[in-house]
Amino acid sequence: MNNILDLEPTQKLKFYQKGTFTVGNRLVSEEERAVQSSMGRSNSINCGHRGCRGCGEALGARFAVDAAMRACDNNLVVVNATGCLEVFSTPYPESAWQVAWVHSLFGNAAAVATGVAAAYRVKGRKEVRVMAQGGDGGTTDIGLGCLSGMFERNDDVMYICYDNEAYMNTGVQRSSATPPAARTATTDAVGPEPGNVFGTGKSVARIAMAHRIPYVATATVADLHDLERKVIKSMSIHGARYIHINVPCPLGWGAQSHDTIRLARLAVETGIFPVYEGEYGKVTESRKIRDRQPVEAFLKPQRRFAHLFKKPNDPRIAQIQAIADANIAEFDLIAKEDQE
Amino acid sequence: MLKQIEGSVSTAEAIGLCRPEVICAYPITPQTHIVEGLGRMVKQGAIKNCEFINVESEFGAMSACIGSSVAGARTYTATASQGLLFMCEAVYNASGMGLPIVMTLGVRAIGAPINIWNDHSDAMALRDAGWLQLFAENNQEAGDLHIQAFKLAEAVSIPVMVCVDGFILTHAVERVDIPTQEDVDAYLPPFDPVQVVDPKAPMSIGSMVGPEAFTEVRWLQNYKYGQAEKMIPALNTEFKARFGRDTGGLLRTYKMDDAEIVAVAMGSVNGTIKDTIDQLREEGLKVGLVTLVSYRPFPAEALKAALKGHKTVVCVERAFNFGMGGPLSSDLEHALKTLPNTPRVLTCIAGLGGRPITRASLREMFKKAKKEPWNGMLFLDLNQKIVDDEVKHMTSVRKSGPLAENVVARVKTPAAE
Repeated sequence: MNNILDLEPTQKLKFYQKGTFTVGNRLVSEEERAVQSSMGRSNSINCGHRGCRGCGEALGARFAVDAAMRACDNNLVVVNATGCLEVFSTPYPESAWQVAWVHSLFGNAAAVATGVAAAYRVKGRKEVRVMAQGGDGGTTDIGLGCLSGMFERNDDVMYICYDNEAYMNTGVQRSSATPPAARTATTDAVGPEPGNVFGTGKSVARIAMAHRIPYVATATVADLHDLERKVIKSMSIHGARYIHINVPCPLGWGAQSHDTIRLARLAVETGIFPVYEGEYGKVTESRKIRDRQPVEAFLKPQRRFAHLFKKPNDPRIAQIQAIADANIAEFDLIAKEDQE
Repeated sequence: MLKQIEGSVSTAEAIGLCRPEVICAYPITPQTHIVEGLGRMVKQGAIKNCEFINVESEFGAMSACIGSSVAGARTYTATASQGLLFMCEAVYNASGMGLPIVMTLGVRAIGAPINIWNDHSDAMALRDAGWLQLFAENNQEAGDLHIQAFKLAEAVSIPVMVCVDGFILTHAVERVDIPTQEDVDAYLPPFDPVQVVDPKAPMSIGSMVGPEAFTEVRWLQNYKYGQAEKMIPALNTEFKARFGRDTGGLLRTYKMDDAEIVAVAMGSVNGTIKDTIDQLREEGLKVGLVTLVSYRPFPAEALKAALKGHKTVVCVERAFNFGMGGPLSSDLEHALKTLPNTPRVLTCIAGLGGRPITRASLREMFKKAKKEPWNGMLFLDLNQKIVDDEVKHMTSVRKSGPLAENVVARVKTPAAE
């Protein structure tokens, strides 16, 4: 599995199923196959947890933690922020985690992970690796101070944010990761400006890169091979690392549970969620859009954006398109050969 | 070894001798010299096998402490005042998880109005956070209590807050006997945690607990408080056998046998009270003293035994609850109510925001306690004219302005109005 790092970041395959872009494991060589396809996977988060049907976060966590476990020969400690993932996985006395796992508070996962890493360092247990994980609320809002501290000290922690774009655990309230115009319980689709404000946005991946930490990546449950590869790559590095994973939430987004992967893919293919990686403050690679879609394709299947389609040509759709276009330009998301 | 030394420095040396493995540091007056000293010792190699982490906030400090303690490392931090409040959520979390972290509190007032000097508002604010709270009277005790605190915390898996009066102790230069490493090693064994988050034996720590088990979890947490109450005197006896001096266990008494009035107090004010008692006894007023070392657990039985048969008790408190009274007085009244002939508990609020508590004022207060005992709170050295004038002002003028600034203006220019 380790030689996955020697591969091109976006592996070129001649054949894929147009429409889904799914690349089955049978199309790649044995050693390039997903951790998840292996009988030896650790099942770090096991079945029986209480995640919703179609939960993007449970899927993302399953792939991410198993990949991290594989990368460190199962010598992993996971620190979990309060949130959906924590609540649905550990209703006492049950636990879905088959991994050393600790939960403390909502806003301190990065700092707790710093402490765990320090303890194992002082004890000379070099083999033990530490990851922290939380949702967008625990990462981009309440936990940002601790996260920035962990980055700045370059503590040996991999932090993963599963971004479902609102406080889903408490009933879908707005976070600083909630996109413009999205309806949440605290940005209701009422009044002259329904939904969330058009703020400036907050990209924690870019904030992480501003700390010039060794490794930053964004990933998506629409490309689980890429997600696993990034987790494994980050585990090959010591120091502060950050991976931001886009994880659709059927409940919070007002979407069908069978559309989780499709929406995650549309977020990428529209340019709304740029998938890239960076090292020491510089973007090194971005995942090219294969089949560019207008933002409506992403917005329309979601009830949180339904108010945008009540009357024709809502100007806010053009505003969202402009944001996507800016992402495409900034992260160079269209491959040269696809550019006209 | 005897040293003439600043309290923060001697305390840092005592903590260093306890072989902490992870220290989280964030500056806040008046504890800062302690973590500065520890940071220097770690860098110089005087404290070996120790990670010194400069964190980004007190919340980060206690959170990193939680991580290192749950991973099995002996863990220390220090804070004060606003810092303690800023880390409050993690303070409760550490005790709920049963993590034996030791923290120095450079005990200090809480703003607004911002005030960096000593009173006990911060310690009292978190007295119910599930931590054990031990109060030092002088810098010898400050160091000695830390050595006992690690042993106590790790024995019962409860975090311990060692409360050291800000400036009055932290910045005072006193004679302190710094123990030897051999003696501390003999007294304090390496940390053997009851729970560790370790890939060798994976488990989930910090699960959500619902109504079906929460009461039992809390009951057991309280049970450990009972264990701590029993253990504190025993650890103190053991400490005395090794080091030749002690900190009194749960509490200490002074000239109690024939005392008509008994003061109860915590922290550095006890020295002043003892001097005042000596003076008053020469004048014929028999006052005694109970110095409370352990505020949490609150040693109700030990206090009952010490105060049984005494008529009047004066709590000299450096904090109070608005609209309620002194926290120590409330706790004491609750503890004493089962005694036959329950002593009357008077409350004297003193030394707020660093106001010196003088022998002269204490003397008058004890005399008053004998002649005309009061109800409610007596604020020692309150400038009655200033508050009367300000009450008049704020009740007659709608836009009367900020209270703090108004009072400061009156203090500076007493002739105003």
